[in-house]
Amino acid sequence: MSAEVEEHGPGWTAWVRRRALRSFPPDQLLPDSQPVYVASWTYVFGVATVSAFLVVLGTGGILTLRGPAWWHASGFGHFINSTHLWSVELFMGFMVIHLWGKFFMAAWRGKRAMTWITGAVSFLASVGAAFTGYLTQQNLASQWIATQAKDGLNSVGIGAYFNVLDFGQMLMWHIVLLPLAIGLLIVVHVLLVRRHGVVPPLPLPDEKTPAPAAATSEAVQS
Amino acid sequence: MTSLARPTSSHRALDRDFEPWSGPKRPYDLVKEFTVALVVVTLLTVLLAALFSSPDEKAVTLGGWANAAPNDFVATAATELDGTSGSATYGAPYTHDKSAAQKIGPLAPQNWLGVTTPIDSVQDFVVRPLQGVPSTPDLTNALKVWTGASADQQQKWAAAYDDALAKAADNDPAQVAAGDYGPVPVMLNHLLTLAQSGGLDGALLAQGRFYQTDYTKPLLFIADGTYLEGLARDQHLGGDQWGMMNETGNYPGQAWLWLYTFWYQVKPFSTSGNADALVWGVMALLSAIFVFIPFIPGLRSVPKFIPVYRLIWRRYYREFDKPTA
Amino acid sequence: MQLGAQFVQAVNLNHPGRYVHWGVIQISVANLVVIAVMIAIFVLAILLPFPGRRRK
Repeated sequence: MSAEVEEHGPGWTAWVRRRALRSFPPDQLLPDSQPVYVASWTYVFGVATVSAFLVVLGTGGILTLRGPAWWHASGFGHFINSTHLWSVELFMGFMVIHLWGKFFMAAWRGKRAMTWITGAVSFLASVGAAFTGYLTQQNLASQWIATQAKDGLNSVGIGAYFNVLDFGQMLMWHIVLLPLAIGLLIVVHVLLVRRHGVVPPLPLPDEKTPAPAAATSEAVQS
Repeated sequence: MTSLARPTSSHRALDRDFEPWSGPKRPYDLVKEFTVALVVVTLLTVLLAALFSSPDEKAVTLGGWANAAPNDFVATAATELDGTSGSATYGAPYTHDKSAAQKIGPLAPQNWLGVTTPIDSVQDFVVRPLQGVPSTPDLTNALKVWTGASADQQQKWAAAYDDALAKAADNDPAQVAAGDYGPVPVMLNHLLTLAQSGGLDGALLAQGRFYQTDYTKPLLFIADGTYLEGLARDQHLGGDQWGMMNETGNYPGQAWLWLYTFWYQVKPFSTSGNADALVWGVMALLSAIFVFIPFIPGLRSVPKFIPVYRLIWRRYYREFDKPTA
Repeated sequence: MQLGAQFVQAVNLNHPGRYVHWGVIQISVANLVVIAVMIAIFVLAILLPFPGRRRK
């Protein structure tokens, strides 16, 4: 296909392709280098959070194979339930540590407000997803959490359409709507990081902005 | 000027934080990092699950409740019948009493979406389940007397019995003083028998349908009593015990709810009848602030004033960020 | 296949929880451990050197 058709070809597909390539050139989408300041263990918690999310989805997927009551009667099912619980603890733990790091890096600088916002909303959505998970355990904890939480939600009117006492509704929110929402938010969040790059260091107080040292002729080898 | 704000158009300052990085880079294998992270997290999950398992305290049934605490069951049923139970006096979304709603200042959002899950505590929790029971002559008669009486008379009997039960030693129906309670004692005694046999669980859930996934009615009835709350408080799950964060046994709970539950422990929330609405309002505001930190002056400058960043990027500052002469 | 008997947890957390009281704060030992571990990991992540040859 000629370069001209590539650039100006008609149709929705070509438009989407052009926009995608312009926003995410392949070597920016999947780079194999990072700025030298990306050299701290604080940078691993984003990917740790995403990995934990995948394990949450995977263990949840196994639970769906045999249904919501399986884990009460089966030892293996109980083990899978345990993996689901602990992957959630890891997910929330890594996410919060990631959030602490990003806050202290003021990572919203350089027009990265949407990256912060998608991250913050993901956190809130995750709290909601975990909440619906606790509601659908079908044990004493679920009964208590439901009958308590209803008061908070009812007091502001939300309970009129989000009934925490309705197991069927809560289960569907937990396994369909909320994971989808979190997944989408994570995708947008990661794409924004790829698009804008990892935020540069804050300038030290005796400087205006970090002046990147003149690029050497070869990248620093690790 | 060291500023964390986006440059305004009047300054037309170059936002160096936005410009693509032109400085030195280092090799970084993203796919390998992701793969390692996934494997490590999976192994960690399996290890934690094998070491600690997960809690599973059995749910309370109406049958279990009625057998373990029959006096509490009958006392609760009496409050359903005279309309003084938590469910019966709740307001939206269960009943039509607009004055029952919690308020945030002058606003009562509890009422805005109306009654979407109507509960009639008399019919739903007592009369209809009893009407489904294969009857004995005394129950048939009691129900006939009840349904034949005026609403006022029904209320008189139910309220009188509720009061008498409250005064009886240990709320024991056998210790209730003599009085004019109409068919109420017989009805509640049959309801207790129905519950103890397990039949009330089915009756409250089924609601005339075969398939059912909505546990609203059984849960509201159980929560109107004190038995479930007693079990919960034993496990430190009560609202004033920071219970929202806790889990049964020795397990970690939803630790991330710490700020949500905190407000319930302190005044004015801890002594307010509007605590739920007020706490929700506060948390909604704080959540909005959290989401929009990048735009909030002062808050967005905190990282500059608590300079953790100098530790995070210390190697960069030392090796690459040489001040210009 | 009955796998139930093979999945036995090593540490039994199913006995009554232990709680720490400090003024208005009541927190379970379990939650306290989780939070303490998270803070420790964060501090370590900042302080531990990240692999990579130093530039001369």
